[in-house]
Amino acid sequence: MKKVGNHNSILKTLFLSLALILTSSSVVLGQDAAPAAATAAPAEAAAAPAGAGDPVNGKALFNTNCAACHKMDAKSTGPALRGVGDKHSMTWLYDWIHNSSAMIKAGDPVAVKLFEENNRQVMTPFPQLSNKDIDDIIAYTSQPKAETPSAAGTVGPPGTAGVDSGISNNVILGALVVVLLILVAALVMANRVLTKIAAKNGIEPAVREKTLPIWVAFARNQFLVLVTSIFLLLAAGYFFYGWTMQVGVDQEYEPIQPIHYSHRIHAGSNGIDCKYCHSAARTSKNAGIPSLNVCMNCHKNIAEVSDKTATAEHSKAFYDGEIQKLYDAVGWDKTAQKYTGKTRPVKWVRIHNLPDFVYFNHSQHVTVAGIECQTCHGPVQTFELMKQFSPLTMGWCVNCHRETNVKMEGNEYYTKIHEQLAKKYGVDKLTAAQMGGLECGKCHY
Amino acid sequence: MSSNKKYWKSVEELNENSSIVETLKSNEFVESIPVEEFLGDKEALASSSTSRRDFLKYVGFSTAAASLAACEGPVHKSIPYVVQPEQIVPGVWDMYATTYFDGFDFANLLIKTREGRPIKIENNKIAGARFPANARVHASILSMYDSMRLKQPKIGGKDASWDEVNSAIKAGLAKGGKTVVLTGTIASPTTQKLINEFLAQHPGAEHIQYDAVSSSSALDAFEQVYAERGLVDYDFGKADLIVSVGADFLGDWQGGGYDQGYVGGRIPSKGKMSRHIQFEANMTLSGSNADRRIPMTPTQQKQALALIHNIVTGAGDATSLDAKLKAEVVKVAQQIKQAGSRAVVVSGIDSKDAQLVVLGINQALASQAFVGAPIRQIRKGSDAKMQTFLSDLTSGKIASLIMSGVNPVYTLPDGKAFADAVKKLPLSVSFTVREDETAQVAKIAAAAPSFLESWGDVEITKGTYSLTQPTIRPLFNTRQFEEALLALNGSQSSYYDYLRANSAAYLVGSSWNKAVHDGVVVNAIQGVSGGAGSFGSSASALAAAKPAGKFELTLYTKTGMGDGQQANNPWLQEFPDPITRVSWDNYVTVSKADAEKLGLENKIVANGGLNGSYATITVGGKKMENVPVIVQPGQAVGTIGMAVGYGRKAAMQKEMQVGLNAYSFYNAFNSVQGADIVAESGEHEFACVQSQKTLMGRGDIIKETTLDIFNKEEAKVWNPMPVVSLDHKETPVTKVDLWESFDRSTGHHFNMSIDLNACTGCGACVIACHAENNVPVVGKSEVRRSRDMHWLRIDRYYSSEESFAKDDEKKENFDGLFGDNGSLGGFGQMEEPADNPQVAFQPVMCQHCNHAPCETVCPVAATSHSRQGHNHMAYNRCVGTRYCANNCPYKVRRFNWFLYNNNEEFPFHMNDDLGRMVLNPDVNVRSRGVMEKCSFCVQMTQATILNAKREGRPVDVNEFETACSAACSSGSIVFGDVNHAEDDIARLAADDRMYHLLEHVGTKPNVFYHVKVRNT
Repeated sequence: MKKVGNHNSILKTLFLSLALILTSSSVVLGQDAAPAAATAAPAEAAAAPAGAGDPVNGKALFNTNCAACHKMDAKSTGPALRGVGDKHSMTWLYDWIHNSSAMIKAGDPVAVKLFEENNRQVMTPFPQLSNKDIDDIIAYTSQPKAETPSAAGTVGPPGTAGVDSGISNNVILGALVVVLLILVAALVMANRVLTKIAAKNGIEPAVREKTLPIWVAFARNQFLVLVTSIFLLLAAGYFFYGWTMQVGVDQEYEPIQPIHYSHRIHAGSNGIDCKYCHSAARTSKNAGIPSLNVCMNCHKNIAEVSDKTATAEHSKAFYDGEIQKLYDAVGWDKTAQKYTGKTRPVKWVRIHNLPDFVYFNHSQHVTVAGIECQTCHGPVQTFELMKQFSPLTMGWCVNCHRETNVKMEGNEYYTKIHEQLAKKYGVDKLTAAQMGGLECGKCHY
Repeated sequence: MSSNKKYWKSVEELNENSSIVETLKSNEFVESIPVEEFLGDKEALASSSTSRRDFLKYVGFSTAAASLAACEGPVHKSIPYVVQPEQIVPGVWDMYATTYFDGFDFANLLIKTREGRPIKIENNKIAGARFPANARVHASILSMYDSMRLKQPKIGGKDASWDEVNSAIKAGLAKGGKTVVLTGTIASPTTQKLINEFLAQHPGAEHIQYDAVSSSSALDAFEQVYAERGLVDYDFGKADLIVSVGADFLGDWQGGGYDQGYVGGRIPSKGKMSRHIQFEANMTLSGSNADRRIPMTPTQQKQALALIHNIVTGAGDATSLDAKLKAEVVKVAQQIKQAGSRAVVVSGIDSKDAQLVVLGINQALASQAFVGAPIRQIRKGSDAKMQTFLSDLTSGKIASLIMSGVNPVYTLPDGKAFADAVKKLPLSVSFTVREDETAQVAKIAAAAPSFLESWGDVEITKGTYSLTQPTIRPLFNTRQFEEALLALNGSQSSYYDYLRANSAAYLVGSSWNKAVHDGVVVNAIQGVSGGAGSFGSSASALAAAKPAGKFELTLYTKTGMGDGQQANNPWLQEFPDPITRVSWDNYVTVSKADAEKLGLENKIVANGGLNGSYATITVGGKKMENVPVIVQPGQAVGTIGMAVGYGRKAAMQKEMQVGLNAYSFYNAFNSVQGADIVAESGEHEFACVQSQKTLMGRGDIIKETTLDIFNKEEAKVWNPMPVVSLDHKETPVTKVDLWESFDRSTGHHFNMSIDLNACTGCGACVIACHAENNVPVVGKSEVRRSRDMHWLRIDRYYSSEESFAKDDEKKENFDGLFGDNGSLGGFGQMEEPADNPQVAFQPVMCQHCNHAPCETVCPVAATSHSRQGHNHMAYNRCVGTRYCANNCPYKVRRFNWFLYNNNEEFPFHMNDDLGRMVLNPDVNVRSRGVMEKCSFCVQMTQATILNAKREGRPVDVNEFETACSAACSSGSIVFGDVNHAEDDIARLAADDRMYHLLEHVGTKPNVFYHVKVRNT
């Protein structure tokens, strides 16, 4: 795997700005499209068999009651629900939703068949839902699938818009170049005209005496040579030192991972707490890469990303493909909703590599000190791909230990030592360094 | 300078007309060089598409590519669990309670596991768990990660499946004939039940229990008196007078594990401590800890025991002991009589008479250490039954032999006869951890798991039930003996289910889960009671004992090797014997007087190594040649000693195949044999870690006093503080200092206390330190060069006079350089230990000096001090100048002369993928060229602090531990925070007996010792 360097070439910036424009424009379009679909819906709802239902209320009810096990267009724990109103009569549906197991017990052939088809999973009864509520839900499920705004046809306009803005930039740049060229030409011409006028008026331009070329003069001035060479040597030394100091420092290291896992989507858009997945950070020296069963807590139900998640860089199909990689690794059969037992552990590329001779404990910093993960790992919730944010050098550690006050409130461990040290140093707050956090053996053993 | 010498190339040149000589004159090479073949075909060369230039391009390109590729940093993979087990958090250890019993050693343990692999053995300190781990048990964790283990079952030397093994055994058993199940001692009630079921299914079958090192005489005697086979679990803490006649109870006598009780009575409190008198031939751990040690030959010991019996019981004296010894024994016997029930007598003499007499004496005394003591069940083997079995086997009366956990081909005196007989059997099976000598001759070698991979139960003493639980999935395709028995018995259940069902009877008032969690369940303990008999005839039989040969050889087990099961364990091989300080060897120990007579010697050679003569030992017609000799101070004249457990060859790494097999002298399972010894030519190179044997009268290194003085005098008399001259006044050394002192009263300040009265020299701490701190094994030749890496050593000192006090006196009385009292000759004499010296042990590790000499000389500040009292060592900063080691007055720093991990030159566990699994992930593995030393287990103190912080509580009383203090079952090593007044260490630091090693140097160590008090 190649290390991704820290080279922000002009091309890359241009490309990034292009991408930014693209994303913003598609988001705007997406937001435009959603209400449009919603307004279109009631008109269609009238055609649904139940007719009377209110799909807006139905959507709310669906999300609170049904969405845990059902999806509109895909099988989840239960079957897909779009168009379920066409498959069964409304009275059958009322009975089923109010108490499905009674129907199965009673031997309703449709009910039994449904039960068998879905891994003999009993559906939670919802006696609290009135027939009106059920009508609303069915009305919602009877809506035809909305055309995805980012489908093939709609990608065109934002794309061209992006290209347009690129061209206009180029036009401006071109215009600027032309203006500059004109200016240069004008200057040259003015000079020529002025010389001619001078010649006409008989004013001889003063002929300069031939002096030594500047580089020869420089070479003859030994003092200047000495000073320059010292300066150059020092500068070279400075840059060489700077270069050596970054050897082995992998800041901004952003390797390609076996699964394109986006912290932006999980921690950013969905606002999942870091420690939900990296739970070991609370108790262990390792923050721990979550085991795949933790992923499956959510992804058992989330087999695809929403349309809004897709970006110009990565399409919905791309992200869905990545979720499929997780399923392959953990051995989850999406269609049968079953574990196959064939697992293939994911070989992540480790990003934060401390040398063996450094002992670092996450729980000390996360649980005891209450430091936010972002303090060291950066704004992870904005990272599409995880990268090393901090240099992880000893100087970086030590600086923080020098500057950060230890969080002692409410921790009885510190009561006595705080009392003693506060008196000794005459301060109210103690830094990690004052607690002995700079001693070699605290981290090197 | 010109020379007319003629150099001959070969004999052929003698022959004037030789054609060969002619040819050689004209040709440089004897055979023509095949250049023509190689480059002769011009066409082929010309038609080749690769020109010389292309070739150079390729070379250049590949070199450039290789160097470019080398510029990139390595990519580390991180692979999480697919489904993470609920109990496992990566980076956090778990502890599991379990029990160890391998037929020889036994212990109640906690196993520390990380990410599902066991990395360390700790003592289970829950109430009822009475048996802590010794050095061998601590090392057993590495024996599991041994790549020389038997990895799958074999039939006739070829790999087989378990189904094939099962059907082969069943087919063999179906053929009929007598079946014998030969196992080590079965202390597991469930295994015993299974064996009984097996025996019931196979009429005529027999179960023989066989202990490689037999305790049969004691068992027979106990059985005769108490009608059950067991050993007395003496509580030496209840005795004021302990008299041992040849019993090394601090070693492996009757299984060992008596130190806790013993030490309980050895620490002077309220002016009292127990008195320990030892009669013995070899110098043992017990002898070296005794207040009074009387060297005696085994025959004399028998007579002494008879005499003690007669005096205690009031019978007449009929012994032929010589007058001087007799006077000693009579004195001791009278003391015993006087102490009454507060005295106890034990004996290690391999004779039923002697063991009966011991029971008789203790009964007569109503000794409190004896009456009501629990009954040990960890030895059951019967010599008589074993002898019958052996004669049955050789005479062909046996058809099938199923063995488990035994290696008779190696441990029997005539292993070859056994091997030949086994080879002739239609069915022979050996359940074994490694393909040992016995497994190699058996038809079926069944791979057995280690105790860390199996379920089981043990009744160590009657009434205490301990469980063994697996702490890792079996590493190899192994199956427990019990599992195989179940299959043979036709049962479908797993051994776990069987054990669980059977354990119900033993889990009185406890649930299975609780029992597995605790590891031990204490039911009603049935102690020794009742029992009667007349022991007069036994005593007179003893009194009539006669020596069996010119010399009397006493076979013993070494602290590091035991019965030799773990001989392939590099930790144990490198572990220096506590007495001789020799590692990687066994040898014959000879007294100084005999050595001089026989012309045997030990000497230190120019490179600092110890060399010893070779000798030939003959026992009953069996000759063993080239046995290395150690001249052992304290060895009784006329006796020699040799350790069993060495000389194993099968399934052993080449480096570990050291020593000679002394089991071949173990005739009739008697540890005492008549022998002859003759000097041989040649010298043996020992790997001995201590060449300075005596203290040379430097009483301030090990401070000693007697109980009398200790009780009567003030502390400054027997524990004087060294003084120096300050302003021409004598000032205590602690008051004078070159350095400004830091304030050490805030936060934690760690100290370690070592009580020299409690230290028996058992060495458990040395191995525990090895395991905890990833200390490398360096091998015999490096140890010989004094490059051993032990962070913790136990120094052993002999007195040069009859006691250390007399040494000091002699040194004080030196007058001038020459003459009778001259120091020049005097010091020379003091280098030699006495014939029966006093012995003292002193564990020494980094003293973590507050004013450390090493810290001031480090040019790169790699070693520095923490405010918690640690002397830190930053390996990544060390450049290896070794100034620190040179400036250390305690010589505790160890230098990595080589890369000891991943290096084929050091083919021990760190060069083995499996062996490396034992490494502690919290501690760095050091590389070549850096200094290392004891860190006060900073990873453990840091972990303790962090746990407290995370739970938001102050650190508990005595919560701080180091590997050595946790392993020290006798309580000699205590670790803690002196700023925490409730900790034991704070009390110990203020004790009158406290002193610092080399106090006068002014290093202000954080390790302190307690003056040794002897009850002479």
